[in-house]
Parts: sequence; structure tokens; C-alpha cells
Amino acid sequence: MLGKLTWAAIPFNEPIPLTVSIIMVLSILGIVGFVWFKGWIPYLWREWITSVDHKRVGVMYCILAFVMLLRGFSDAIMMRSQQALAYNSPGYLPPDHYDQVFSAHGTIMIFFVAMPFVVGIMNFVVPQQLGVRDVAFPTLNSVSFWLTASGVLLINLSLFIGVFARTGWLPYPPLSELAYSPDVGVDYYLWSLQIAGVGTLMSGVNLVTTILKVRAPGMSYMRMPVFCWTSLASNLLIVAAFPILTATLAMLTLDRYLGFHFFTNDLGGNPMMFVNLIWAWGHPEVYILILPAFGIFSEVISTFSSKPLFGYRSMVAATMAICILSFLVWLHHFFTMGAGANVNAVFGVATMIISVPTGVKVFNWLFTMYGGRVRYTTPMLWSVAFMTTFVIGGMTGVLMAVPPADFVLHNSLFLVAHFHNVIIGGVLFGLFAGYTYWFPKAFGFKLDERLGKCAFWCWLVGFYVAFMPLYVLGLMGMTRRMQHYDVPEWQPWLIVAAGGAGLIALGIAFQILQLVYSIRTRDRRRDVTGDPWDGRSLEWSTSSPPPAFNFAIIPDVHGEEAYWHIKERALDQQLMPEEPVYEAITLPRNTPTGFITAFFAVICGFSLIWHIWWLVIAGLLGAFATFVVFAWRDEAEFEISATEVARIDRARRAARGIRLPLVERLV
Amino acid sequence: MSIAATHPGLTDPYKIGHEGGESQAVGHGEGGPAPTKVVVGFGFWIFLLSDIIMFAAFFAAYAVLSPATAGGPGPHELFDLTNVKIETTFLLLSSFACGLATIAAAKGRLLNAQFWLVITGLLGASFLFLEVREFATMIGKDAGPQRSAFLSAFFTLVGCHGLHVTAGLLWLGTMMAQLWAKGFQPQVMRRLLCFSLFWHALDIIWVAVFTVVYILGVSQ
Amino acid sequence: MTREPHQPAENDAAPGADETHGIGGYLIGLAAAGVLTWLSFTVASGTFVWGPGIPAALVALAVAQMGVHLVFFLHITTGPDHSNNVLALAFGVLIVALVLAGSLWIMAHLNLMMPTTMPMDGGP
Repeated sequence: MLGKLTWAAIPFNEPIPLTVSIIMVLSILGIVGFVWFKGWIPYLWREWITSVDHKRVGVMYCILAFVMLLRGFSDAIMMRSQQALAYNSPGYLPPDHYDQVFSAHGTIMIFFVAMPFVVGIMNFVVPQQLGVRDVAFPTLNSVSFWLTASGVLLINLSLFIGVFARTGWLPYPPLSELAYSPDVGVDYYLWSLQIAGVGTLMSGVNLVTTILKVRAPGMSYMRMPVFCWTSLASNLLIVAAFPILTATLAMLTLDRYLGFHFFTNDLGGNPMMFVNLIWAWGHPEVYILILPAFGIFSEVISTFSSKPLFGYRSMVAATMAICILSFLVWLHHFFTMGAGANVNAVFGVATMIISVPTGVKVFNWLFTMYGGRVRYTTPMLWSVAFMTTFVIGGMTGVLMAVPPADFVLHNSLFLVAHFHNVIIGGVLFGLFAGYTYWFPKAFGFKLDERLGKCAFWCWLVGFYVAFMPLYVLGLMGMTRRMQHYDVPEWQPWLIVAAGGAGLIALGIAFQILQLVYSIRTRDRRRDVTGDPWDGRSLEWSTSSPPPAFNFAIIPDVHGEEAYWHIKERALDQQLMPEEPVYEAITLPRNTPTGFITAFFAVICGFSLIWHIWWLVIAGLLGAFATFVVFAWRDEAEFEISATEVARIDRARRAARGIRLPLVERLV
Repeated sequence: MSIAATHPGLTDPYKIGHEGGESQAVGHGEGGPAPTKVVVGFGFWIFLLSDIIMFAAFFAAYAVLSPATAGGPGPHELFDLTNVKIETTFLLLSSFACGLATIAAAKGRLLNAQFWLVITGLLGASFLFLEVREFATMIGKDAGPQRSAFLSAFFTLVGCHGLHVTAGLLWLGTMMAQLWAKGFQPQVMRRLLCFSLFWHALDIIWVAVFTVVYILGVSQ
Repeated sequence: MTREPHQPAENDAAPGADETHGIGGYLIGLAAAGVLTWLSFTVASGTFVWGPGIPAALVALAVAQMGVHLVFFLHITTGPDHSNNVLALAFGVLIVALVLAGSLWIMAHLNLMMPTTMPMDGGP
């Protein structure tokens, strides 16, 4: 009746998972209960859960990411403390748990922190920068978010019902096959990712279509902000790479569920093919993460240097070059698997070539800053730190791109240090910069600067203290994922690294404090005009937060940095642009389709994991029924009247008009 | 905001070739957001390309694993080219019927369109029937997907295509019901466009399948 | 969502859209596809094409048939209003080629250097 699910699935006899599960369940119940008693559920349902507004969906993605950052980071703290203690000692985490912890850490950080955060920011910013009202497929956008949330729910369920995978964040066979991982851990991984992967793919289709087909009049390709170019490249990669992940995970699923022989050791299976295919996805995946971060830096650096971005065309060319090249390097993740010198050499050279367009970008950012009036706000600090940190990480990558060097360093802590260097220094710093930069646009008030800077310094110093020792350890020969060790020289470095993790924890604490404090004192830092940073692109022409329709009149674009020209003209003439003729605006209706689809996805996923076959069928039927019901609706849109549009926009114009004579350009 | 006030003489700013020192907009999309039909069609096209890439991964696995028969039966023992010819004919004709349905829908002829959609569905279902029968026969001969890596890859690749056809038939049924209930409303027409794109793409994938899997398999 | 197209879609066409196409295109497509299919099955028998050339001939015929489908059924042409569609297709084809060729090349070398425990039938 309930498949493999029994009471034994709950970890009553394992103190650490049990404690954590209890805390988590109580927190969730507490939050839900609090929200219920405050009467916020109708508001949340109406304005957020059923919203198809890209701004709301984007914010929800970012909230999801930040919550999962806490979970992924606690896994990291557990790993660091275990390794600091485990010299000639078992530490406190049994191997069985330690393996789940590092697998969960990687899986969560990549799929449920970095991806949602990046997708969330792209969702929020791109339509506004393109001067339009929403993405191409708003309801699909909502469905994508809720499918990602389903993946999050499933992976969190693994904490207290059953176990998680012990195979690392990429489940290499034959370890991940049924023979060596007979429990539900790998199944949790597989279904959680497949469901979230569908959401991500849909999101990729959505944003590619938006950027190519839904832009304000006059916004030709070479007038798009660079963030939109990097988003285009990133989403093209999503569309191209995620199907490979879907297929490969499906093959592993078939091996585990139906006894197929894709990757088994017997009857002709080839485990090496899993490695090949999964990295054909895996390498583009890291470019999916980093390209939007590059775009964020382009926006932030030009805004806070008070200069147009240097070398727009070369930035665009570099971005699209990286997009294509990212599909030519994937073998560098398995140089040591034995394809031979010729194959290794080709992919090694290709990997080095891909660093060239990145170098072009770094120089362009530097030249943007040179000669500008640089303001070292928090986003700018993140950007400058990124430039040094990411370059270091990139250089260690190019070092490992040399196959003979990689034979020494593969799967050592040097590798671990490298990819954290580029992901934290590149992706995460970029996301934090973007978060701080666009926060006022989303919520109508700035975050507190001092706390932001405290968080930044803790993160920056903490990162170096936590990961530079790992480079040393890698060169000293320490392998990754070790639960205990007996080399005394390693322990001091691991203790230092644990200290670094503690500093990062302090940085995260500052970020939480910054958010709470900024919300409580938000009236002091209100963004009245909608343009708190003297911005250059179209999103800064709306109020903060923007109305549902973003722009009362879709702007006409005449050049790069569309908003900057509008603003300069207004400042020169000390006159607001003429009031337009307002028309009614139709917007898509909110719908619970996304949420309900996600509900059935969770049912399907959970019952597939536990082999509750009748429930799987019920879930699929429910999902199909949801699709049909949604397809049948007659009222897909609602209208905002011209008078209402006029009222909203006049308020925005008034706020800006008052400020017009007061704006001093920093001379 | 009015461009006319600040740029006298510029009545149609986004046309190429206006004077005043403004750089000319080049490339597509500078006319503003595209009409919904174009947006939906293009979006679905991008999705189809992603689906084709997924099939490419299954093709890659098949190509790599096809020699791995593990001492079991191979293509020569298992593939019946006559069956494949019939399947191919059914699928090709169903694509044609789908095209006729699209033409009828564009002309607003409901009964005509429904008729050709039924034909499309029947031909597609016949294709599926033959394929399921082929699978059942193979499983009966102890040549199921668990027998070897070659067979796992075969069943997955061809079966994935068959699953897509099944999903397509479900979609077709829903479309026919929507046509009855709602007539040729714009969103129904857009969905018909997407369905026909999907159905033709399945035939394109089948071309690759019967060439690479069946014909090449048997001739080597 | 509100779309305010300022111009009719004179330079932009949805893939597959065919207001102006009649049955003629579909008939040509059906005929051409039928011929190419028949040719594929005939080539395999080996009577018309020299043995080692059969795979190449089959691939060529398959590509031709895909082209027939694209042009006559999906109405994707190289006209200026289809450049987005063709570019997207080209990108997809590129990725497919990279994944297929790359995987085959890599796996062939891996099998050469690191044979799996059960030797493949027909292998060394």
C-alpha cells in the first residue's frame, strides 16, 4: 500500500539527523502557524503564490535560494568541523552521514541556491531592462518556480524521511547503481533534480523567447543592456544543456528502477558514459551560473563608475563566444578517466582558450572604472573583490587544464578550492552585488550600507581563510571528501579553513541582520524616485517597486543606455518629459496552476521514490487534469483602466519632478 | 513620454533612416514586442530544439552501446524492416494529415479540421500499436531492455519517441475537445500551431531513428 | 500580456505558421519524403550503393528528409522573416553535433584505453 515506506525511514535512532529534522519541522510549523494567525495567508495566496508577475516570481526564487543557502552552508560547517577534528579520530560524523552531508551540500548549493538565485535575478531584471511588461510566458514562469520549489521540498524531505544520496553531487555509477546504493538516497536525488530540471528548462525557453522577441520598440540587439546579453547566453545554454541532464538522469533512473544496463558493470553497461554525458551538461551548467554574474558586474561597475560600460561590442562578442566555447571543454572534468593524450590535449587547449574572452571582460570592467567617478558602495565592493578573487580562481583552473598537472591535482582539495574560488568569487559575489543593487527596485528602500559592508568584509576574509588552505592541502596530496585522515601536517590547515568557515558564517549573520534591520528602519532609506543609484538602464525609470505593468507607456528606445539619455535630457532642460496619453493595460490573470502542478509533482516524486505506484498514477492524473483545467479557462487577462494607470504614473512623475532641481551630479 | 515634444520632426522614431544623428536601430525586434502568435510559435520552437537535444543524448548512448549485446541478440536477429516501413508510412501520412488539418483550421472549417485531426490521431495510434507489438515480441523472445546495454539503449531511445507520440495523442484529443468547445479562438489556434510543430518534429526524429537504429543496425 | 505591436509582423514569422500556404506544399513534401524513405530502405540492401558507402548515403538521405520536413511541413525557410528560427535551429544542430561527435570520439578512445570488464561484442 505504501511501497517501501515504513516507520523505519524516520531516523529515530540517529541523533544528528533526528535533531535537525525536529528543528526543521518545528520551524516550518512555527512559520506557517505565525503567518496563519496573522491572517496573511489570503494576501500571500493572492499576491505571491498565484502571482504570474515576473517581479514577484523573481523575488520568490531569491527567497528560496537564500533559505537553501542556510541549509547548504550548515552542511559546509559540518564538513569543515568534521575535517578539523578528524586527525586519527572518527570525528563526530559517521562516514554514512558525512557522505550524505557532502552530497547534499553540493547538490543544494548548485541546484537550489545558485540556480534559483540566478534565475530569480534574471526574472526580475530582464523584462524591466528590455522595457516591457513581463516575460513571454508569465504563467509558465510561475510553473517553473513552483517546480523548482517542489525539488527543494523533496530534497528537504530526505532529511527526515529516508536518507539522501551518498554519491557526491554527481552520482557516478556504479556506486549510484542499485547494487551499491540500494536505498532511496539516490532516488531522492534523481527525482528532486528531474522535477526541478523541468522547471529550469521551461524558464530557459521563457527567457530566450523574451529576450529575442519581446523588447521595447527601438531596442535592437546592440542596444540591449549587457545583463540582457549575458542572460540570453545563459538561457541558451540552459535550453541546450539541461536536456542532456534530463536524459542522463533518466538513464540512471531506468537502470535503478527497471534493471536496464546503461551504466552497470555487467551485461555491456558502461559507467564511463555517465561521466561523459553528465559533464557535457555539467560544464555548460557552470557557465549558466557565471554569465549572468558577469552581466551583473557590467551593470554595477558602469553605474558606480558613472561611466558607460567600456567596449560594449567586445563584451557582447566575448559573451557569445563563451556561450559556444562552453560546449567544447567538458572532458577536462575527467582527464584522468583515460581517454588518452590526444583527446586530453584537445580539450585542455580548448579549456585554455575559453579563458580569453573572460579576460577581455575583466579588462573591459577595469577600463570602465578607469577615469570614472567611482563610488565604493556595497555592490561595487563585491565587484572589485570579484575581479581579484575570480581571476585567481580562473588561473588555478587554467593550471588544471594542463592534463599532466590535472593528473596530480584531480579530485584533490586543490580542485575543491578552485571551483569554490570561481563559484563563490564569481557567482555568489555577483549575486550578492545584484541583490544589494536591485533590492531598492524590488522593495522600495535601500539596504543598510554599514551592515552590508560588514557582511562583505566577513565574507571576503572568510572566503580566503577558508579556501586558500585548501589549495595548499591539495598540493600536499589531500583528496577531497575525506571523513578522517592520518597525516598530521594537514590538520593545522584544516583548522584554519574551519575558522574561515566561521567567518563566513559571521558574514551570513550580518546579511540576515542587515535584512531585518533594513526592513525595520526602512523609512530612513526610502527610494522615493525609483532611481537610487543614478542608474543607466530602463529599470531605473520606473518607481520602486514598479507597478504591476512596469511601464505605463512602453518606452521608445533610441540608443544604448536608454534611460540615461532620457534622464540627461530631463536634467538639462530641468523639465520632465511631456505627460503621455494613458491607455488601459491588460495583464495576465493570477493563477494557482503553478502551485497545484507543483503539488502533484511532489506527490509523483515522493511516491516514485518510495515505490508507491498507485500514488504515482494518481499524481500524474492530477497533473494532467490541472493542465486541462488551465487550458480551458476563458478569462486569461484582466484590465487596468486608463484612469488607474494615469493615477499611478502621475505619482511616479511627481516624485521625480520634485527631485529634478535637487539632483546634483557628483562633479 | 512623448518623443514628439523633444524630437520635432521624428514622427516614427523606430523606422530605420531617420535623421538627427541618432544611431540607426539594426537587427530584428526593433519594432517592439512581437505579436503573440510569433512569440508562442518561437517559444515552442525553442522547446522543440531542447527536446531534440535530449534525443541526441539518447542517440549518443545508443551509438556507444549498440555493440554491447553481451552475447545476446543483436539488430539482425531482432529488427523487422517490413514493420518499420509500415510504421514510417503511418507516421509520415499522419504528418500529412496534420498539415491538412492546419490548412482547414486556417480556413475556419471546423468539421474538416476535426476530420483530419482524427485521421492524424488514428495513424499515430496505429504507429504506436505496431511499435508496442514489436516491443512485446522482443520481450517475449528474452530480448527485453534488461538483457543487454544495447537493448536498454534501444528500448529507451525508441520508447522515448513512442512516449512522445503518446503524449502527442493525448494533446491531440484535448485539442479536438477544445476545438469543439471553443471554436477557432486565437489561443486555440496558437495551440494548434504548437501541436502541429510538435507532430512534425516527431516525424523528423523518427527519420533519424529508422535510419540510425533500424536500417544501419541491420545493414552492418 | 499586453503586446502593443507597433508594426505588423512583416519581418517576423512564427515557425510553422502558414496562412498563405495551400495543400501544394504539403503534397510536394509528402511525395519527396516518401521517395527519400523508399530510397533509404533500398540503399540498405546494398544493390545500388557500394557497401562501405551505405552509412554515408543513409545519413545524406536522412538529412535531406529532415530538410523536406522543415521546409514543406514546418515552413522554416531561409527568408528574412525566419532568421531567428533558422539561427535557433543552427544552434540546436551545432549542439547536437558536438554532443554526438564529442561523445562518440571520447567513448571510442576510452574503450580503447580502458576497456570495460565485459568486453563488447566485436571488440578487441
